[in-house]
Amino acid sequence: MSHPSPSVHDHGTSHDAGHDTMHAGHGSLRSYLTGFVLAAVLTIIPFWLVMGHVIASPQTTILIVLGLAAVQIVVHMIYFLHLDTKSENGWNMLAFMFTLVLVVIVLGASVWVMYNENANMMPMSPQYIHHKQGA
Amino acid sequence: MNTVAIDTAPAEPRKFLCLEEAHPHNGTLLGFWLYLMSDCFIFASLFACNAVLGTSYAGGPTGHDVFDLPGLAVNTALLLISSVTFGFAMLEMARQRKRAVLVWLAVSGLLAAAFVGLEIHEFVTMIAAGAGPDRSAFLSSFFALVGTHGLHVSVGILWLIVLMFQLGKHGFTEANRRRLFCLSMFWHFLDLVWIGVFSYVYLVGVLR
Amino acid sequence: MPDRPAIWNFLLGRLSLSSLPLDNTILVWTFVVVALGGAALLATITYYRKWGYLWHEWFTSVDHKRLGVMYMVLGTVMLLRGFADAIMMRSQQAVAFGSNMGYLPPHHYDQIFTAHGAIMIFFVAMPYIAGFMNFVMPLQIGARDVAFPFLNNFSFWLTVAGVVLFMTSLFIGDFSHAGWLGMPPVSELKQSPGPGVDYYIWGLQLSGLGTLLTGINFVVTVVKMRAPGMTLMKMPMFSWTTLCTSGLIVVTFPILTATLFLLSLDRYLGTHFFTNGFGGNVMMYVNLIWVWGHPEVYILILPMFGLYSEIVPTFSGKRLFGYSSMVYATASIMILSYLVWLHHFFTMGSGADVNSFFALTTMLISIPTGAKIFNWLFTMYRGRVRFDVPMLWTMGFLFTFTIGGMTGVMLSVAPADFLLHNSLFLVAHFHNVIIGGVVFGVFAGINYWFPKAFGFRLDEFWGKMSFWFWQIGFWVAFGPLYVLGLMGVTRRLSHFTDPSLQIWFIIAAFGAFLILLGILSFVMQIYVSIRRRDQLAVGNDPWGGRTLEWSTSSPPPPYNFAFIPMVHERDAWTDMKKHGYQRPLEGFNAIHMPKNTGTGVVLAALGTVFGFAMVWYIWWLAVVSFVALIAVAIVHTFNYDRDGHISAEEVSQFEHTGNWEPKAQGATA
Repeated sequence: MSHPSPSVHDHGTSHDAGHDTMHAGHGSLRSYLTGFVLAAVLTIIPFWLVMGHVIASPQTTILIVLGLAAVQIVVHMIYFLHLDTKSENGWNMLAFMFTLVLVVIVLGASVWVMYNENANMMPMSPQYIHHKQGA
Repeated sequence: MNTVAIDTAPAEPRKFLCLEEAHPHNGTLLGFWLYLMSDCFIFASLFACNAVLGTSYAGGPTGHDVFDLPGLAVNTALLLISSVTFGFAMLEMARQRKRAVLVWLAVSGLLAAAFVGLEIHEFVTMIAAGAGPDRSAFLSSFFALVGTHGLHVSVGILWLIVLMFQLGKHGFTEANRRRLFCLSMFWHFLDLVWIGVFSYVYLVGVLR
Repeated sequence: MPDRPAIWNFLLGRLSLSSLPLDNTILVWTFVVVALGGAALLATITYYRKWGYLWHEWFTSVDHKRLGVMYMVLGTVMLLRGFADAIMMRSQQAVAFGSNMGYLPPHHYDQIFTAHGAIMIFFVAMPYIAGFMNFVMPLQIGARDVAFPFLNNFSFWLTVAGVVLFMTSLFIGDFSHAGWLGMPPVSELKQSPGPGVDYYIWGLQLSGLGTLLTGINFVVTVVKMRAPGMTLMKMPMFSWTTLCTSGLIVVTFPILTATLFLLSLDRYLGTHFFTNGFGGNVMMYVNLIWVWGHPEVYILILPMFGLYSEIVPTFSGKRLFGYSSMVYATASIMILSYLVWLHHFFTMGSGADVNSFFALTTMLISIPTGAKIFNWLFTMYRGRVRFDVPMLWTMGFLFTFTIGGMTGVMLSVAPADFLLHNSLFLVAHFHNVIIGGVVFGVFAGINYWFPKAFGFRLDEFWGKMSFWFWQIGFWVAFGPLYVLGLMGVTRRLSHFTDPSLQIWFIIAAFGAFLILLGILSFVMQIYVSIRRRDQLAVGNDPWGGRTLEWSTSSPPPPYNFAFIPMVHERDAWTDMKKHGYQRPLEGFNAIHMPKNTGTGVVLAALGTVFGFAMVWYIWWLAVVSFVALIAVAIVHTFNYDRDGHISAEEVSQFEHTGNWEPKAQGATA
């Protein structure tokens, strides 16, 4: 019998694991408050940028707003959902990374595909006119 | 009695059976996490629609015309605070303080109810102003995405009420603790999805 | 809404007597046959007083083995329905040339090809793979049940709910004619005002929810409930593919749910996602549905790959060649399957750069698949291959599926696809991989695991008849379609004008009748085997199996294993036999098992009523059934009495009376 490859770790077979999963997810007052403050700051900035018309270029503002949203999602993941590499022997993290990759594919590739479809197939649409002018 | 289960080969005795009754561990928390991951894809589809159809105004109102950003700020604050108060309920559960848990749960539920109430108000106002979901693909995708999120929050509130009854009746049983953990994940997850909604649908929506 | 007093419209929505397809003689006769057959079945069950037995032992069962068997029965029943559609299409196309319009009017023909596709994928292939995963996986990993037994029962009944809605559409109203994926704008309200598309939507929403729950359930089962010592890399290949398929279900079925949800918003609330006006974008539906649709075909084929990976080593008397590469191939297919969906619509116009990307990823996915084929071949190489019926089907698969895969690579070349898109070449290709891969796998698996499920083998003669009729029939039926496709004949046509094509369609129809003989031989095989079950009786290990399911009796006791096995190596049962394992006959403990519950049946029944009410716009009934659904679910959470025990004496009883034929046990260690 060949030996299992070292790169595939064994999770969840041992019977002692798993009993304490419910203790792992508690967090502390400190973590909730830290998360709250960070989230509040990360929420106020994009609102301020958009409502106060701080930056002239909408493209730049959009990029900053989306960047801050990504950061805030990470903050929520860590401080509220308590996602770490240890919960459920790492399966939570594995499932999350798998989901993240595929969600990025779904969103990114759909937008990419549909932009091209619209540009090629919907000649009356604003995208087409934009495309033609750009060409 | 044990000898029957043990290998008789001379070199290396092998035990092939666990003679004591095993206690399989509960998979509910992992299962619920997987459900949340699957829910990500519902929202991903709706976000993709919003990204593709978000500028298809069909001559109707744009995001700039219909979005009420101060109201959105209030809604966002409500949901964020309710996420934290739910966290406080979880901390109290660790200390086995039933009353405090119920109070924090009630606070979280009321904040979420206020969130849903404001959202319904927003929807009604928009529809009355002729910016309903049937006006344009942009508005269809807006109502579908924000409405699906609101529906999730409403289900969360219903679940919260049921769970408060369960806790009141049976206290911190293993099952109830597990359920509270699941609801807590659900609650924080919806707040997380909301980050995408307010950032992309609303804030980016008024800019593009 | 029909023209009648308002109260009737309130009570019945748009349902009326004219919804019954009384003008369609084929449907009327079908209804008569189904009604008589159904009545005879119900009468038989009542006569033998089996209702209580069925309800207590099967319908409310949370036992994964029972649910697995019920999934297989459901899949087989729906295979007959789906095949009836197929043979109607084949015979229509064989005769409908020139002035002969055939016997199916176009609107009926359209419903038939829609129903055929949707049923074969959702209610034949999916129940079959769910059945195998249910029955086999917990036994293979040495578990007593799945992680969420109640949910498992609920998932099954949700699938049945979808079936009930689909079948209801035969006799009340009509079915969708928008193709198996319900493509807009044909599926939009303006183009399809009838109830057909709504039947399609709600049937798929109910069964899709069931599939999602199954996926979550099985991932958690594999992660949490493997026997001690069974690390991931010691897990049987079928359990690996179950894990990967279930993972794919979790990340894809929500997209189907969301897409159909948006389509139903268009139909019910007048939104403009996929309409032609008001900024709607039909292409977005095509994009989203294929984001789900492509991984779906891997959801179907991966468990079959796992199944062949169990059969080939068993009948070659060797361990699986390249186990690790099989695992990595499966895992990489899981990711890659998410990167190829655009190859279903190269012709929609996304341009050269997008098409090139998706063409390359599509070609890439044939690499891990090819690696698997070589692994099976190398497993057989220098083995003592026994050509029992499961192995015959596997050989048929290797031959047929490889050719299907190669025509797939042809289609993945985007410029070639511009010629072949939506042609009969495509139809031949996907039948080649789905029949050659999934259906052959289903029959291989049924022949392989049937003795485990029932304690007797399936008849060999009729098994071989079934195999040869299917294998030859497949090529006679689909070979001509490849030719026709290359000549440019498109799919989904109910009538042709060029008489020179007719001979090919006649050959194809003849092939379909050969397949019919294959299906009938299978039914005959089951019947003959039940009659001869005493001669065909086997012990726990009829094939010289290698994995843990063969270590317990046939059929396994409700608790699967009196003692949870301890695993040291891959092919755990081979390892046990090699070390002269003797099973204990005393010292049993009481075993904790979940109680049966009827809640799943009730919830799914309410879901069916809700779906029916939505299809026919009976709003009051929709509200009532939906509220009842929520209420029953909430009440169920207040039920704390869910566990039962099997006492040590009962376990001892099972262990002494179970089917453990000594001569079969360890015969080929």
